[in-house]
Amino acid sequence: MSVTEMFSYIQGFLSADQDVREDIRKVVQTLEQTAREILTVLQSVHQPSGFKEIPNKCAKARELFCTVRTQIAELKTKFPVEQYYRFHEHWRFVLQRLAFLAAFVVYLESESLVTREEVAQILGIEVVREKGFHLDVEDYLAGVLIMASELSRLAVNSVTAGDYNRPLRISNFINELDSGFRLLNLKNDPLRKRYDGLKYDVKKIEEVVYDLSIRGLAKEPEAAGEK
Amino acid sequence: MNKRESEGCSRRNADAAQEHDLSANPPSSVVAAFKVFQQELDTKHDKYERLVKISRDVTIESKRTIFLLHRVTTVPDAEDILNEADVKLDGVRQKIGQIAEELRGEDIYQFHRAFTPGIQEYVEAVSFLHYIRHRNLISLEEINARLVFMKTEKADPKGSAEAMPLGAQVLTFQVTPSDYLLGVADLTGELMRMCISSVGNGDIDTPFQLSQFLRQIHDGFSYIGNTGPYEVSKKLHTLRQSLGKVEDACYTLRVRGSEIPKHMLADVFSSRTTLIDPEEGVV
Repeated sequence: MSVTEMFSYIQGFLSADQDVREDIRKVVQTLEQTAREILTVLQSVHQPSGFKEIPNKCAKARELFCTVRTQIAELKTKFPVEQYYRFHEHWRFVLQRLAFLAAFVVYLESESLVTREEVAQILGIEVVREKGFHLDVEDYLAGVLIMASELSRLAVNSVTAGDYNRPLRISNFINELDSGFRLLNLKNDPLRKRYDGLKYDVKKIEEVVYDLSIRGLAKEPEAAGEK
Repeated sequence: MNKRESEGCSRRNADAAQEHDLSANPPSSVVAAFKVFQQELDTKHDKYERLVKISRDVTIESKRTIFLLHRVTTVPDAEDILNEADVKLDGVRQKIGQIAEELRGEDIYQFHRAFTPGIQEYVEAVSFLHYIRHRNLISLEEINARLVFMKTEKADPKGSAEAMPLGAQVLTFQVTPSDYLLGVADLTGELMRMCISSVGNGDIDTPFQLSQFLRQIHDGFSYIGNTGPYEVSKKLHTLRQSLGKVEDACYTLRVRGSEIPKHMLADVFSSRTTLIDPEEGVV
């Protein structure tokens, strides 16, 4: 094979690769759009009026997740399934956002931590790599960490809205999450950086809880007050 | 060591935290779930570290092979050196076999970052050896054909991922086109060095052959341009410099060749290269 032939073979490979990436980028853009819409819906829980409408908002968000499922199904058709990690960085960001949104919806509904299986189910994808387009464990954990900072905001705003019990529950939840994350041996990677932010969320919520208990606003201060 | 210590430490903390939680609210499914994640992440990180280690070994051995090949002059022991290099590269291939072993059933792109430097260096060494022997560019197929392990059966040349489940005995490793491209870009630097040293040895044919070959490679890279990975454009700059040096050498050989006795040309080149070298600092 001559040098020229070799290079034109490689060039053929590279431009095919670029085409695939172009296709993926287009679908990911629509996915990002939907993710933003869901976020907008959920953001209204921070409004004083939004607290009464939480189930309502969650139902709306759940509806939008249907769109997500069809969009992800489309994304799956754009590349061979065993090359997931070759193009991973194209959808990593949006998948983390979606994991966060799913986790947030589930928290608002049931005040519990979403499992990885549930997120995968909400997004219409697999849990294990062997079965196809899946949710990487690091992306799931990143999504959970985004939710933690959202919850610290929610704690502040729920006090403003006059809901003094929610911060205590959030505090319990975040503490549990924190002890969970402390089990992990993280490398010096983006996930680790994000995890380092968790302590500030914990601190923020503790301050809110402190403020409430010192003023006697919390009904059961012994539940989470001194944590 | 360090890792183990910190692991133990974090586990102790976590256990304490867990007990604390248990007293607060008995069933802690969260902690149970994170135990699973811990295991999964650790397995992945361990595999990654093992691959990095193998990749480093591959890099070192490939570099040594390249140094060995630079000792080839037109003296009669050239064949011995080439055979020795072959033996060394066989050792490297064994190591790549270990990488293939680690990657069995995995998505190779998930761990690609761990072993790409080693593979590029291997491509560089193997293509350098091939050039010295056959005076042409080794193709991607030829490289991949030698990276079939355990059995000599020819495996499906398309994508190791599909090939692996076919037979457990056959293990293939596929060099990706981008790794190949980057390895070839590094090869040009070695060829430039070979050109200059061959002039020093009084060989005046090799520089002309090399300049022609380098020009072909340069044209190939220009053809690919910016469709390639981002690193290619960086290497293209170095490639231009190498080509410039070789072309200058040929030019001087032509111009001065008739005036100066051949054994004195080496002085001319050493002064020329020192003139050019400082530019490398700019890269």
